[in-house]
Amino acid sequence: MSGFPFARLSALSLTLLSALPAEAAPFVPASDSQVLATVPARATDPRARELLALRQAWLRAPQELEAAVAYARRCFEEVAAEGDPRFVGHAQAALKPWFGLPDPPVQVRVLRAQILQFDHQFAAALADLDAALRLQSDNADAWAWRTAILMVQADYAEARRSCAGLAPLATPLIAAACRAQVDATTGQAAAAATALRTALALQPGASAEARLWAFTRLAETEERRGDYPAAEAAFRAALALGLPDVYLQAAYADFLLDRSRAAEVLALLKDRGRADVLLLRLALAAKATGDASASVHAQALAARFAAARQRGDTSHQKEESRFALGVQGDTLRALQLAQQNFAVQKEPADARILLEAALAARLPAAAQPALDWLAASGIESVAMQPLAKALAALSKGPR
Amino acid sequence: MSRNRSRSRSRSRSRPLAWWCALLALCGLLLAGNAAAHKPSDSYLTLAAKGAVISGRWDIALRDLDLAIGLDADGDGRITWGELRARHADIANLATAHLALRADGQACTLAVGPQQVDEHTDGAYSVLPLTATCPGAPVVLELAYSLFADIDPQHRGLLSLAAHGATRAAILGPQAPLQRFELAQVNHWRQFIDYAADGVWHIWIGFDHILFLLALLLPAVGTWVARGAGGARAVTQRAAWQPVPRLGAAVWEVLRIVTAFTLAHSITLSLATLGWVALPSRLVESTIAASVVLAALNNVFPFFQGRRWVVAFGFGLVHGFGFASVLADLGLPRDALALALVGFNLGVEAGQLAIVAAFLPLAFVLRRSVFYRRVVLWGGSLAIAAVAAAWFVERAFDLQLLAS
Repeated sequence: MSGFPFARLSALSLTLLSALPAEAAPFVPASDSQVLATVPARATDPRARELLALRQAWLRAPQELEAAVAYARRCFEEVAAEGDPRFVGHAQAALKPWFGLPDPPVQVRVLRAQILQFDHQFAAALADLDAALRLQSDNADAWAWRTAILMVQADYAEARRSCAGLAPLATPLIAAACRAQVDATTGQAAAAATALRTALALQPGASAEARLWAFTRLAETEERRGDYPAAEAAFRAALALGLPDVYLQAAYADFLLDRSRAAEVLALLKDRGRADVLLLRLALAAKATGDASASVHAQALAARFAAARQRGDTSHQKEESRFALGVQGDTLRALQLAQQNFAVQKEPADARILLEAALAARLPAAAQPALDWLAASGIESVAMQPLAKALAALSKGPR
Repeated sequence: MSRNRSRSRSRSRSRPLAWWCALLALCGLLLAGNAAAHKPSDSYLTLAAKGAVISGRWDIALRDLDLAIGLDADGDGRITWGELRARHADIANLATAHLALRADGQACTLAVGPQQVDEHTDGAYSVLPLTATCPGAPVVLELAYSLFADIDPQHRGLLSLAAHGATRAAILGPQAPLQRFELAQVNHWRQFIDYAADGVWHIWIGFDHILFLLALLLPAVGTWVARGAGGARAVTQRAAWQPVPRLGAAVWEVLRIVTAFTLAHSITLSLATLGWVALPSRLVESTIAASVVLAALNNVFPFFQGRRWVVAFGFGLVHGFGFASVLADLGLPRDALALALVGFNLGVEAGQLAIVAAFLPLAFVLRRSVFYRRVVLWGGSLAIAAVAAAWFVERAFDLQLLAS
């Protein structure tokens, strides 16, 4: 443990260094025509005009539920499409008259749940969704969000029940994919893959978004089963749909990194580093290939994590843990972050980083929650089983 | 999905996206960024306290300013320096309307300098140089922050506050709109000395108090005796001032006057400071001026001769209210009110004693001279009365007679 204080110190100095870019020297732009920032163009972008119109309708009558809910919903569509968390705050502002009520209208409850889950307040979010569904059992949004939160909490029985609630309200592809994602995490990966393939084949006319989701889940399931050619085919089919999607790109980048194909990651994610999750993959790939961009990516990502930490935001712990382990080589910090993250989120990627960090730190006991989850869920994972074995050997062997 | 079919095409198309995002996992994490480096809305407030001045910079994101007041004037999606520059006054007003600093309970005046631009991880920010001028160097600094509270409850102000060699950080926002920072260890002894010094200073620059005291003290090196021999006539005839033979008599007289004055103004200073009694300041200030006139005229036309300590006590009550308003202007520490009161009062007494100590020996030596009787006692008193009469007119009728 003699390395521990040093690790603490280096983490501290890194925090100080990474805070520096925020204090860079301000400047006076050279000319009035210099462009400082870009925002959605109201004059030409129909999407921006629609958003503005809804915002103005809300501003004209902020006490009117319909206008507020319409604007807040649109804000969340913006979050999903653009991945911009600022819109979460805008939605919350619109819902202000009802947001603090113990018993707000159903539409507000579902939106409030989405805002709360953003802040990782899963229990409060679930309470809102359950209350909404008691009043309105055909609220598809509420079932969908409920499933997503329960999957993160590793409550698979309830997640399955949520999919059953959603099924009659959604397209058959969505319904099948919802079930398959639970099956794939609970020891029925082969059946889940078959179900996803069948559903995709039966519904060639399903929306691109739904197909993208189903293909992504199929790819992840096949990857965990160890069928890499099938996984690659599914990833490529999803990418071929042409929708820019951060999650898909991150998942495919991880697949490539695991296959030692880091150079392909650099090409895939070139110019996509403005998203933190993709910048992380770029930094990992640049380090693996010895690319010249490695230090630039590492510094930029450190600055973004520092900025998030400064505002008390802990929702990036999984990514930060991977950064600490894979880029900075700060094993103990990586383990600490992975432990904190797994206490909140229990998806396969959350378990994997905890296993890796505990193994790197040679502290197998720290991985116990992930090992317990692995055993309880029955998940099949060719990546995680060897990690679990190595940790078991480490805890039996001489210390 | 059937609910969406009746809606416009763009909505029914965008709807499943939100859905699948929900199903895939938690969008908050996974979709953290697509078109630009996205992060929640933060402003960066960097302040350093130096004495009574707190200065620094406030970085506010152009994106947030655009939403709040609209920066992209031509709507082309590009915010230029020209567009930003044109809105500087509005931005400065927005800033000062949503940030308030208080030093030990007293409001500080906030000034915004010419804006600059800086880049943070999520894009360009307007950089506003700030200068807050406080009534005094704050021991406790209070910060009220409400920027964008109405349009984005998730907005945070990230504060870095440097004072006395230490830097502290805090997260400002609707979750904690008012925050207190103890910049220095409260040093009660230091505080006491500061208030005492203020008391001394006030008696020295408070000419009305000095002149009142002097008017009462000038005749103290003598006594009034009835002119002529008859006791009964003396009442109707003017009394004559005669120097005292021994120092002891003069000291005794001065002691009585100063003690009475001190006792009286201490009483009303305490009552007013504790908030138990309040008088309109115009009345107080006018009465103080009148008291000086009366005390001075009495030396020329004596109508109260042997009872000057009673006069000192009576008008001392009014002077106490005057001291109280000065003490209130200095700002009172809520947790150390008694300390401030006693410190200030003792300072006033010390200043008073210094005046007495300078006056008494000199007056005693000169008391027998014609100069003292004619010039100092008579002339001085008349001059004091004239100045105080002017003050009285100014204060009572709100006029400006004397050059300030």
